[in-house]
Parts: sequence; structure tokens; C-alpha cells
Amino acid sequence: MTGPGSWHAAGPGRYGTDAAGPVDGEFTDTADLEREFEETIARDRRIEPRDWMPDAYRKTMIRQIAQHAHSEIIGMQPEGNWVTRAPSLRRKAILLAKVQDEAGHGLYLYSAAETLGADREDLTNRLITGAQKYSSIFNYPTLTFADVGVIGWLVDGAAICNQVPLCRSSYGPYARAMIRICKEESFHQRQGYELLLTMMHGTGAQQEMVQDATNRWWWPSLMMFGPPDAQSPNTEQSMRWRVKRHTNDELRQRFVDMTVPQAEALGVTLPDPRLRWNDTRGHYDFGDVDWDEFKRVVSGNGPCNAQRIANRRAAHSGGAWVREAAAAHAAKRTEAAA
Amino acid sequence: MTDASKEGNGRASGTPPRSSWPLFEVFLRGKRGLNHVHVGSLHAADAEMALHHARDLYTRRNEGVSIWVVRAADITASSPEEKDPFFAPSGDKVYRHPTFYEIPDSVPHI
Repeated sequence: MTGPGSWHAAGPGRYGTDAAGPVDGEFTDTADLEREFEETIARDRRIEPRDWMPDAYRKTMIRQIAQHAHSEIIGMQPEGNWVTRAPSLRRKAILLAKVQDEAGHGLYLYSAAETLGADREDLTNRLITGAQKYSSIFNYPTLTFADVGVIGWLVDGAAICNQVPLCRSSYGPYARAMIRICKEESFHQRQGYELLLTMMHGTGAQQEMVQDATNRWWWPSLMMFGPPDAQSPNTEQSMRWRVKRHTNDELRQRFVDMTVPQAEALGVTLPDPRLRWNDTRGHYDFGDVDWDEFKRVVSGNGPCNAQRIANRRAAHSGGAWVREAAAAHAAKRTEAAA
Repeated sequence: MTDASKEGNGRASGTPPRSSWPLFEVFLRGKRGLNHVHVGSLHAADAEMALHHARDLYTRRNEGVSIWVVRAADITASSPEEKDPFFAPSGDKVYRHPTFYEIPDSVPHI
């Protein structure tokens, strides 16, 4: 696949040398290894970093975890946009804590991707060169402070729907990172909803801001679950490997069912004339998502794609001297100690 | 250089890559009375920076009262295979477990 030391978590640099491990090929052939891998998954046990795994599984996990990490990192920008203009110290402190959490989530996930042999520098480069994607939701602008609340409510709400089942992902380090992340997401969603409740108890203009933000974020939030099952070619394999536990459409339906009563309690209208309870199905029916828009935004033509990547790139190159200085300082101190 | 992951990433020559900050594994003591437990990893220039990063990354909500960081390269690990002969010595010593011994039900507190 790639050169030494880059894609094997088991290689030197991660856990030193094996004190007593068998040498590759010493005790079993690929068919045995594959059967053991399948059995581990069938018994709902976790795959751990230094286990043998099929190349396709490793690649899929690296791609999924990296995209997730990139989404958290880029996800700091839409809300970060309002940190300096938060309306009170309380809101500012909350927003700062939330944005800091997003950075933390990105780092937990990069760390999980590295257990599969991915390289941090390489992952960052793939993000800023567009070789790897992040969630298309972060390519929409945050026009008013109500957007901060709606992101917490809808975007983090959808993320929770997606992420709770991932706490049981077959890949151990990813599942453990997701457990940590899900605990923190709950604060994100509640602060957003509370913010919106406060605005809905405010002036008419504030209520209109909340409705406007809801109108703009509702459909992109539904897109967060990915294309319809019929157009999601990887779903079947991912479900078999238990790196995905529910289909895109199942999760989307769950999110709609959870959110409608929250919208009612808040006093906003979700912008879908076809949204109504279906007694026979026991679920809400809802309108068609504009998948053409989704494709446009994913392929780079959303309102903020260029700006998001430019900011990330600037932060990375602007921080280069800090990384270099710290490395030089550490080297100097090691020398002095020797 | 044959390492494919290092090619074509536009890094200026002579610039130390970020990945030259070594990887540290992080262990947290959640509260007094508990062992340190592995929680994840991070990159840092040295151990002191790793401690600060670990505090910011893994204890934002009082998750720990004590942190250990150790360079990942300094860890010596057994092979991950469950059926590894490395663990065989304990596999056939059932007499090390209390359930190996039959004691009449009438005998109390044992």
C-alpha cells in the first residue's frame, strides 16, 4: 500500500518494539486472519489498532475518521465567527467553550485515525488541499447570532443522531472517541436550544431572526445524514463491518421525529409544507431534500467552501513558526540535559 | 525517500514537519483511589508541552486529578493476538482461581 512507517500502527514509533510478538507470516495465513477478523466483528467485539484487518477496512476507517475530524476542525469557523460579537459575557464564555470542544473533538479523532497508521501532517494536508472532505453543513454562513443557537439545536442535534450509534463502532479507538464526544455534544445542543428559547421570549425582531435561521439551516441539517439509502453504495459494507449501525434514511427519520416537537415547544415553523404526522407509519412524513444542492456544496460550490479552506490553510501556515520554535526549544533542552 | 505519505505535500524543504513532534500517550487518574487509565494520544514537542496539551484536551470537565504522558515510542507492547503463546502460561493454570476448589456449602465464610 504505502511505505514503511506510514500506514502501520504496529510499526515502530507507535508502541516501540514487540517484546514477544510473532513475525509477520509466522503463524497463520490471510484466510485465517480474515476469518478471525470476521468472527471478532460477528461477536460484536472491537477491532483494536494492532489487530490484523483487511486493507479495505483500514482505508474505510481512516477515511471516515479523517472526514469526521476535519468536520470538527472546520466546524469551529461558522460559530467562531460570532465569538467577538456575542451579546453578553455569558454567551461569549459558552461559545468559546463550545468552539474549544470542537477543536478537542477534532484532536480525539485525529488521534484515533493515527492508530490506523495515518500521519497527522498528511491528514492536515489532505484537508487543506481538498483531497479529503468534511461535512458540507459547515459551508453555510452564519448570518446572525440566532444561527449560533440553531447550529447547536439542529446541526449538533443531527450530529448526535449520527454519532450515538458510532459509540458502538467496531473500531475500538473510534468508538471510544465517540463516547467522549457524545457526552460533550449534549452541552452543545442544550446551550443552542436555550439560546433560542431566550430569543423567542424577546422582541418580534428577535423571534424573526430565530425563524429565519431555522429556515436556512433545516434542509442542510437533513442533508447531514448523507444521500438516500438507494444512492449510498458504501452503506451495505459499512453495516456489515459494523462501522455504521443504521442507514442514512433511518437516522434522518429519527432526527425529524425528534425535532418536530422541539420546534413546536420553541414556537418556530419548520420550512416544509409536507411535514405531517403519519399515523400508519408512526413517523413524520417530510418533503424531498434538494440533493442537487447537496452535490453542489459537497463538490466545492457552497457559499463558504473557499473561505473555510483558506482560513484553515492560513492558520496552518501562520502557526508553522510556533511548531518549529517549539521543536527547536525541545531539541536544545534535550541537548543541554545530555 | 520511499515513504509515500511524505510525498507531494508541498512541505518546504528544511521545515521540520509537524509530525516531528513526537506522539505521546496520555493516562489519566479520574479521581483519588483509581488507577491511571489510557485515554488517547497527542503530539507535543516535549513532555512538558504534552502535559499541558493533555490537560487542555482531556480534562476540560474535571475528568482527571493526575496525568501521565509517555512517548509512544517508549512503550513496549505484547503482540495483540488473543491466542498468542505469550499468554499461554496462565491458560492452563485453573488452580489459580478460587472456583477451582470445591468446598461444601455448609462451610461458612469461604
